[in-house]
Amino acid sequence: MNRFAALLDRLAYEPRRNAKLRLLVDYFSHTPDPDRGYALAALTNSLMFKEAKPGLIRGLVEERTDPVLFRMSYHYVGDLAETTALIWPHPSASEEGAAPGPGHNNPPLHVPTISEVVEALATTGKSELPARVAGWLDALDEIGRWALLKLITRELRVGVSARLAKTAVAQLGGVEADEVELIWHGLEPPYEPLFAWVEGRAPKPETNNPAPFRPPMLSHPLEEEDFEKLDPSDFWGEWKWDGIRLQAAAGKGSDGRLVRRIYSRTGEDVSGAFPDLVEALDFEGAIDGELLIVRDGRVQSFNVLQQRLNRKAVTAKLMTEFPAHLRVYDILVEGYEDLRHLPFSERRQRLEALVERLDDPRIDLSPLVEFSSWDVLASARSDPAAIGAGPDADAIEGCMIKRADSPYLPGRPKGYWYKWKRDPYLVDAVMMYGQRGHGKRSSYYSDYTFGVWRDGSDGEELVPVGKAYHGFTDEELLQLDRYVRNHTVNRFGPVREVEYGKDRGLVLEVAFEGLQRSSRHKSGVAMRFPRINRIRWDKPAAEADRIETLEKILERGEKEIHPLDGRIVTDRETEGETS
Amino acid sequence: MALRSTDILTQTPQGLYCPLGDFHIDPVRPVKRALITHGHSDHARSGHRSVLATRETLRIMAVRYSEGFAGAAQEAPLGESIRIKDVTVRFTPAGHVLGSAQISIEAGGTRVVVSGDYKRAADPTCLPYELVPCDVFITEATFGLPVFRHPDTRDEVRKLLDSVHLFPERTHIVGAYALGKAQRVMALLREEGYDKPIYLHGAMERLTELYKSEGIPLGETPKVAASERSKLAGAIVICPPSSIQDLWSRRFPDPVTCFASGWMRVRARARQKGVELPLVISDHSDWDDLCRTIVETGAGEVWVTHGQEDALVHWCATQGIKARPLHMLGYGDEGDAEETSDTAPEGGHA
Repeated sequence: MNRFAALLDRLAYEPRRNAKLRLLVDYFSHTPDPDRGYALAALTNSLMFKEAKPGLIRGLVEERTDPVLFRMSYHYVGDLAETTALIWPHPSASEEGAAPGPGHNNPPLHVPTISEVVEALATTGKSELPARVAGWLDALDEIGRWALLKLITRELRVGVSARLAKTAVAQLGGVEADEVELIWHGLEPPYEPLFAWVEGRAPKPETNNPAPFRPPMLSHPLEEEDFEKLDPSDFWGEWKWDGIRLQAAAGKGSDGRLVRRIYSRTGEDVSGAFPDLVEALDFEGAIDGELLIVRDGRVQSFNVLQQRLNRKAVTAKLMTEFPAHLRVYDILVEGYEDLRHLPFSERRQRLEALVERLDDPRIDLSPLVEFSSWDVLASARSDPAAIGAGPDADAIEGCMIKRADSPYLPGRPKGYWYKWKRDPYLVDAVMMYGQRGHGKRSSYYSDYTFGVWRDGSDGEELVPVGKAYHGFTDEELLQLDRYVRNHTVNRFGPVREVEYGKDRGLVLEVAFEGLQRSSRHKSGVAMRFPRINRIRWDKPAAEADRIETLEKILERGEKEIHPLDGRIVTDRETEGETS
Repeated sequence: MALRSTDILTQTPQGLYCPLGDFHIDPVRPVKRALITHGHSDHARSGHRSVLATRETLRIMAVRYSEGFAGAAQEAPLGESIRIKDVTVRFTPAGHVLGSAQISIEAGGTRVVVSGDYKRAADPTCLPYELVPCDVFITEATFGLPVFRHPDTRDEVRKLLDSVHLFPERTHIVGAYALGKAQRVMALLREEGYDKPIYLHGAMERLTELYKSEGIPLGETPKVAASERSKLAGAIVICPPSSIQDLWSRRFPDPVTCFASGWMRVRARARQKGVELPLVISDHSDWDDLCRTIVETGAGEVWVTHGQEDALVHWCATQGIKARPLHMLGYGDEGDAEETSDTAPEGGHA
């Protein structure tokens, strides 16, 4: 457990992706089986045990500590698992009833390995669990206890995606991450055959997974200069749906039963969240499409979709209110035939035939957008409703263009698929706070909170509406950093408040993809994917936008939306860059 | 007739004051006669008419404030009794930093010990803490919460060396307070067999030289030249905490930001400072050692100067020990020394 704890500890503080990768590879190469396999399972959230509840931990720690001291400590540290890890008394201390003196000669307790912990969790009943956990906490040190609590509550939160962990395993043996991905869903913790294969000690594990995940094909943003180079007659157009990219796979298992699975674009099995959709997967093969919410034949906006995503429990009511729908645009495999080498035009025919055969209202085809020139496509993009999208236009965030002859390749190959997003919303806001960034930017004030005007009790005031940390050039970062340092009026740890008001302050033109209501933000709105579009050195702060500008955008997007519970899918920034 | 403890020691706006001896201990404002426990700038200030402190503390003050830091300076040899008016004082090692001492004051059969800042853990750069039994014990409580239990420093230093090994193309920049912590980190690195030069920020140089001249081996510790910064891939550089997020650190190749402090035990603290490799190395007593020391002194009464007073006072009550918080201002500052510039004096020195 100690090595795994040290790994989690480092990962939790390390902001750089490549450094995280290095830490993971180092761990996998220096840790024996089966420990490293269980660690991999923990990092990819593949462990099968029921998570421990915070109440269990609180109960254990309150039994062992002075309530006043615990309360003071919790107040200071601010996190239950961390407070527990730090305050947990040495087992000898509780017996003596005082601070431990030197020279207690209790035998050292057995420090559990991660394998022992995972194996025990799978077999320990609910009533025995507290004693088990207490025993481990007694034997571990502060970081070990912290890691244990994260592991058993299934809340690792160290900034490592399943994909990154698999990439690290692949790097261990110099194989491609996609190769690991292909066999992944046929494997189980602790993944000994996987490690043996990447280390060249055994052949590639056979995958007998009837419905494996296959890495999706991603697109590049269309740049201005691409229009010159690309010939519109080589390409087919589609709408870019503002949903969640999914892969639906189904196949017959050895017992002849149809296994159906839904994967996120990163390969996480999310079938459990969409039982209504899983039911509709009555085919053998793998198809690629967008998860949408469709009510009365009409696609709902991303805001509505989010209300389904945010729920933990999938109830019948939720499924009725937010019916999941798959709008498909590609097919990777049909039956046992891999179609990925075929040109897109042929795959499209196979896909159309499949959708027709399925004849299920929950799965339909993403229509092609006809265009003869880039100008025609541009007008479709700016007004999808007029060019055939009809009432679904609200859920469209631009166009996709795909070469008619493109094979289906994993990753983001160049030259085949492009996304041409709808123009972002723009708002002029005033910088209010600067915060130091991480990693290479750790000494720069690179995260900016900005606000717009609203009527306050003492006249107009700025209310924060978002925070952005990219969109600017390196040169602009230097200028912004200097601006923050030279206009600081207040400091709060890594955050500096800058001068702002009617007659002073810096206006930032902020671009964003959408808005939603949020009870967590003072302004009541949260921006999706905000970034600094331009620095308006020239614009007086008094002329920045007002909150009403945002309210209008919001109202347009939520004509038939239920009240939001205010939470945001935080990985939307990366997940959302789907096609 | 036994004296009341407040005849021996009391609280004034200048700091702790001994009426019978007419002197202050670690006063925060200039006074006639000051007894100084150790050289950190919140305890050892300049401008007193006369100062009594250990030889090392006097040297440290001279380096920090120039030779004329006080009207007169007198050395207090460790372990020797010194008569001041109606009391006898004695300086005993506190194990905090080089030259640090507890000051005990005796009169009429009552002994009061002002510990200053102290630690019980081993430190190759200063004399170990010596227990002084007493009636009234004046303790700090910088880490006075049971969440603070400092780990073995060797493990922390190995964590640093492992990282240097794993990322040989990056510079490891270690924030450490210029007096005590910086030199302790150097000495600990040497104990673990690290024999390459340890590079220093300019603000560390003079105090490090002072440590070396006191016979503490720290190996080769060149000052980082501005032009050299970009070439220090794989090196360990020690700088004041304020510099780890400052412009100064930007010139190093892809720096790993490290910080050696007891505060690094709490993740939110480390994150607030943008630290990527926290090293839990403290020159203060942790919770267990604070409690243990109070019990071992046998004191019937405990005064808590600064830090997390309330928790420690509460604990004393549960042990049947009379205790009160002094809520003294001007000491420590919970290590939250806000960055100002490269040359900022260390405020808190946890």
